Amino acid sequence: MKKLIIAFLMAAASSLAWSSEGPKLDKANVDLTDQASLQRGAKLFVNYCQGCHSLQFQRYQRMADDIGLTYDEVKQNLMFAGGKIGDTMGTSLDKTAAADWFGAPPPDLSVITRARGVDYIYTYLRSFYQDEKRPFGVNNMVFPDVGMPHVMAELQGVQKAKFSGEGSHKVFEGFELAKPGKMSAEEFDGAMRDLTAFLTYVGEPIQVKRQALGIYVLLFLALFTVLAYLMKKEYWKDVH
Amino acid sequence: MSFMNWIDERFPATKVWKEHLSEYYAPKNFNFWYFFGSLALLVLVIQILTGVWLAMNYKPDAELAFASVEYIMRDVDWGWLIRYMHSTGASAFFIVVYLHMFRGLIYGSYRKPRELLWIIGVIIYVAMMATAFMGYLLPWGQMSYWGAQVIVNLFAAVPVVGEDLSVWVRGDYVISDATLNRFFAFHFLLPFILAALVFVHIVALHKVGSNNPDGVEIKKGPKGNRWSETAPADGIPFHPYYSVKDIVGVGVFLMLFAAVIFFAPEMNGFFIEAPNFEPANPLKTPAHIAPVWYFTPFYAMLRAVPPMFGSQFPGVVVMFGAIIMFFLLPWLDRSPVKSIRYKGMLTKVWIAIFVVSFVVLGWLGVQSATPAKTLLAQIFTGLYFLFFFLMPWYSKIDKTKPVPERVTK
Repeated sequence: MKKLIIAFLMAAASSLAWSSEGPKLDKANVDLTDQASLQRGAKLFVNYCQGCHSLQFQRYQRMADDIGLTYDEVKQNLMFAGGKIGDTMGTSLDKTAAADWFGAPPPDLSVITRARGVDYIYTYLRSFYQDEKRPFGVNNMVFPDVGMPHVMAELQGVQKAKFSGEGSHKVFEGFELAKPGKMSAEEFDGAMRDLTAFLTYVGEPIQVKRQALGIYVLLFLALFTVLAYLMKKEYWKDVH
Repeated sequence: MSFMNWIDERFPATKVWKEHLSEYYAPKNFNFWYFFGSLALLVLVIQILTGVWLAMNYKPDAELAFASVEYIMRDVDWGWLIRYMHSTGASAFFIVVYLHMFRGLIYGSYRKPRELLWIIGVIIYVAMMATAFMGYLLPWGQMSYWGAQVIVNLFAAVPVVGEDLSVWVRGDYVISDATLNRFFAFHFLLPFILAALVFVHIVALHKVGSNNPDGVEIKKGPKGNRWSETAPADGIPFHPYYSVKDIVGVGVFLMLFAAVIFFAPEMNGFFIEAPNFEPANPLKTPAHIAPVWYFTPFYAMLRAVPPMFGSQFPGVVVMFGAIIMFFLLPWLDRSPVKSIRYKGMLTKVWIAIFVVSFVVLGWLGVQSATPAKTLLAQIFTGLYFLFFFLMPWYSKIDKTKPVPERVTK
């Protein structure tokens, strides 16, 4: 019995350890009802990400409708390669060449926030640090040995990771800005929150409307259930 | 009325209506646990309807499947709702069926004369598991792919014919387009077989009559109630009394169901797993492969058994054995009473042990294996089987309470 309890406690403890394994993620706190934030995120995406990453399931038209832009605004500001408003947001990068350059073709990002988590993406975007051992001179704290260069270095600047301890006991202590970029740390965090919000929206474009609709569905069902209960009570007077 | 006469002379519509609804006498003392049978039927209908509509836009093709699911989520009108109803419905189906089975377990609904009724029910459960397993491959995400890979590899553990058997199941040496196609075909077919089995289940139920929380046979009690001279005194017509009561259950169920669909369709990774948002990649094994929650108790049992003679087969036998046990239940219970209300402490403790084992094994099945967890899984697998193996003994010696002549309350 004692052995059983110990085994149980150990298992419970290790499961807690398992869930906290890996780098700590920062809270993204995205607000998908903030259309200005989504618009800034879309702008960042087409300027910094779409060169390599597609959103193969997301249509420009749907984006325009959902984040409060007109089709003309989208065509003039967000569709650099031309095309029709109903097109999906592809990339012009050649997949085979990209696989040669980066080791693997850059993944499609349509559902990346659903696969990896919103906080993961937000933390990932802000966790590039200088590492001369890597081909592009940068590494990432939440995605070790990532094949992607630090595309937004011009905005964030270049940061160094501070560690304490040696070898396998190395503990990450935080980042230190080695070379400032165009944005302050707060501005960059805000920009990455916008970009994360945009990608979260793209992960499931219906989600804001889904939740709004859900309230009405639940209200209807609550009314239905009350009426059904009253009907049941009326009928069951015969039985009791 | 003459129209109904015209029909009834050619098809027994009124007769069927009376026999199975308006003049089917069910015990009047059904409680909370008796909602889940009708709810299981409701979920089956939801799954078939949403499934057929999903199939109108889904493409069972390794190149197109993942994208077609996203197409349904984005470009098909209300496609997201149909898809979430289906994915949530799969989990809801298992929740209501597990509760329905638990009801049968505690009130002894598997005892004579309901053995066949119970066995048909277990067959339905097995068919459901097969349907769910094959359906889970269809979104063609990473967890779909690798989950199917792990489970189909179990067939390879069968001695002698195993390798050939697993290739025969997959139609290929790995999970591939061929597997996806056949799984889609069976995933479409099986629910209709399921519906036929449910029909047989209900026919058997109406032959023997419903059990109740007291485990008293109302057919053996006094006759005559306000609806009929010959019907059991403790029976009430299923329609309208239980039909209106079940509608209340439907309302409560649909509220919970809608809450998940509209506010937490992924259910924190339990109903839709995050790795399934990455397209299947045969060259990239995910760090942690876990089946969906409703299979995890059996998965934990599979992992709990160490390989013997270099073969995983004993684990496979234990896993399937855990399901086979349900078939034997009617003959393992030797108690003179049916319902837990009149059974003694010993039986109650064993049922509690069984429930705890099932839940703990379910939890262990989603965790990655560690030595401590494997030990736990072994202990609870043992307890799970002891619940069945020792039942002929403890159900017989257990001190029971006297069963009343009539149903209570």
